[in-house]
Amino acid sequence: MTDLDTTTIVGHDLVKRFGTFVAVDHINLEARAGEVVGFLGPNGAGKSTTIRMLCGLLRPTSGQALVAGYDVAREAEQVRRHIGYMSQKFSLYNDLRVIENIRFFGSMYDVPAAMLKEREAWVLEMAGLVGRESTVTGTLPSGWKQRLALGCAVLHRPPILFLDEPTSGVDPISRRQFWELIHSMAADGVTVLVTTHYMDEAEYCNRLILIFHGRIVASGSPSELKQQTMTGELLLIECDPLGRALDALQHVPDIRDLAVFGNALHVVVQHAQTAIPHLRGVLSGQGVTVSRIEPIHPSLEDVFVSLTAQLSAHRT
Amino acid sequence: MRCHRLLAIMRKETLQIRRDLPSLLITVAMPLLLMLAFGYGVRFDVQHIPVYVYDREGSQQSQDFLKHFQASEYFSVIKAVDSYPALIDALDAGACRLAIVIPTDFSERLNTGGSVGIQALVDATDNNTANISLSYSESIVQAYNQRLRLDWVQRHGQDVMPPPLRIDTRTWFNENLESTANIVPGVVAIIMAVIGSFLTSLTIAREWERGTMEQLVSTPVTPIELMVGKLVPYFAIGLIDTMLCAGLAIWWFEVPFRGQWGVFVLSCTLFLLVVLALGYAVSVVAKSQLAASQAALIATFLPAFLLSGFLYPIDQMPSVIRIITHVIPARYFMSVIRDVFLKGSPLVYLLDDLLALAVFATLLTLLATRAFHKTLA
Repeated sequence: MTDLDTTTIVGHDLVKRFGTFVAVDHINLEARAGEVVGFLGPNGAGKSTTIRMLCGLLRPTSGQALVAGYDVAREAEQVRRHIGYMSQKFSLYNDLRVIENIRFFGSMYDVPAAMLKEREAWVLEMAGLVGRESTVTGTLPSGWKQRLALGCAVLHRPPILFLDEPTSGVDPISRRQFWELIHSMAADGVTVLVTTHYMDEAEYCNRLILIFHGRIVASGSPSELKQQTMTGELLLIECDPLGRALDALQHVPDIRDLAVFGNALHVVVQHAQTAIPHLRGVLSGQGVTVSRIEPIHPSLEDVFVSLTAQLSAHRT
Repeated sequence: MRCHRLLAIMRKETLQIRRDLPSLLITVAMPLLLMLAFGYGVRFDVQHIPVYVYDREGSQQSQDFLKHFQASEYFSVIKAVDSYPALIDALDAGACRLAIVIPTDFSERLNTGGSVGIQALVDATDNNTANISLSYSESIVQAYNQRLRLDWVQRHGQDVMPPPLRIDTRTWFNENLESTANIVPGVVAIIMAVIGSFLTSLTIAREWERGTMEQLVSTPVTPIELMVGKLVPYFAIGLIDTMLCAGLAIWWFEVPFRGQWGVFVLSCTLFLLVVLALGYAVSVVAKSQLAASQAALIATFLPAFLLSGFLYPIDQMPSVIRIITHVIPARYFMSVIRDVFLKGSPLVYLLDDLLALAVFATLLTLLATRAFHKTLA
């Protein structure tokens, strides 16, 4: 395995245009061995396009990327030998049996026959599919399918793994197991680049890259991101009716950011202690009953919402 | 090219084909159905042309003459009418293609040694049938004349002078001049073209549509491995289909097979490679199953049907069209399969055509591998 802290993925000024649409706009990134890097962003932000360029599946319009030391545009075949890739859409053969898929991809990845038996057993064990070898893949529940897809993508023990929304449509328990697998591979020195839009999953990553309209808008560890981006303090307000509260707070000058989270509001202010009585007054003045108002620690979702809100405002 | 990857792709394709039983049945049933449809549907023999007669005399002699039309297998006299309007109605309505009118003085003129005009009205909307019915009518009249002359000469006690010239014909290869013998081997060629290209036209497009191609292209598999691995199982199916069709041609349609089986299988192999590679190339470019299968159908069926010499002999075509036929692979196979079936041609006489097929197979496979990119979008 690659030594820890060796840089395995370098993207420099990557651009991808489809016609006039700029899907990826001058992205720079780096990842090291053993690191789990999360790619966060709304749908259409350019996450999948970036991953596909790094896998050699799309040619960058401009810029350069080295994966495992190989140029993705000029040495795509070398890149393919050193990566595992799980696409957003399930892309194993639904009409093949579990074991047939494993053996097929084992051959595609040139896993030596002597090693294939052991790898087959490993994948079956890892995906919890022991005893289900001859189940037709299409009939598996989605959580198992995704684990099988992960297994097939790492049959050849690639030092770098690209996972494009690997847990979408998977139940929470399977998602948890899935992340345990990702972490155990990272512990062996595998670089994992994973896209997700589950914010709770983002917390599992060593480092996050937030991408919006094809640009990287923030990056760092989850805790760094929370500190960097949230200038001011975050308040949680539980009140009723929510809609009237939202209208009332829309024009309060001290409020930097305002968002609905479930049945409560998250509000960003400069100083929590001075703002609390003020907001209480504004809300009760509008006939809103406030059951709870207190400072909280920001979640990644807060960071994400506040960043995208700032950027959207900036763009218009 | 890695052997184990090639084998893995072949195994995977075979498994997928076997699991998709309805499609597999279609690939076997469709050629047989087409074979029966074309084998019975396309005929050039003109037989039993419907004839109306208007015998204005109604004598024993005129009826005797008309019996010759009745007796011919080319005509069937379906009705005798007693007026011109009835005859014209029948032609207008398409009830008959030929109307024969016997004049009122038919026997009188014959017996006094005069000459009689028999009127033949022909529906020439289909000029081919019209031509044929005219020449058949003429030969009936000629045979009748011959007999009258013979009677006359014998009655006058003279020796019969044999006609000074006569032509001794021997028809070769298709002794009974049956169009089935010409058409059915051609139908086998057309079915091979259509089915062969259809089989492979779906294979790459299906992987793009289902999303499985995205995983496949992220592996180190090469375009050549993918193509060969996918073509081999379909080649086997194509060859089985071909043999089924050839079997029908020989044992059901009773077309003589005079060639060597080795030559036949070699020729079929080359042609199958051409059409399988064509379907594959289309599939690579089209990326959607519907578009690919339709493009493959149009690219093979129409040229094989119209420009291969199946319907119209190539040397009778206008020179521009004749030049175009040189890029139609089916043209070469059409003449090969007919020659193998009917003439039993040995390999040496077929080398030019087979070489042309080999060139097409090579070009199309090269094109398909060049057109296949291991990238998305």
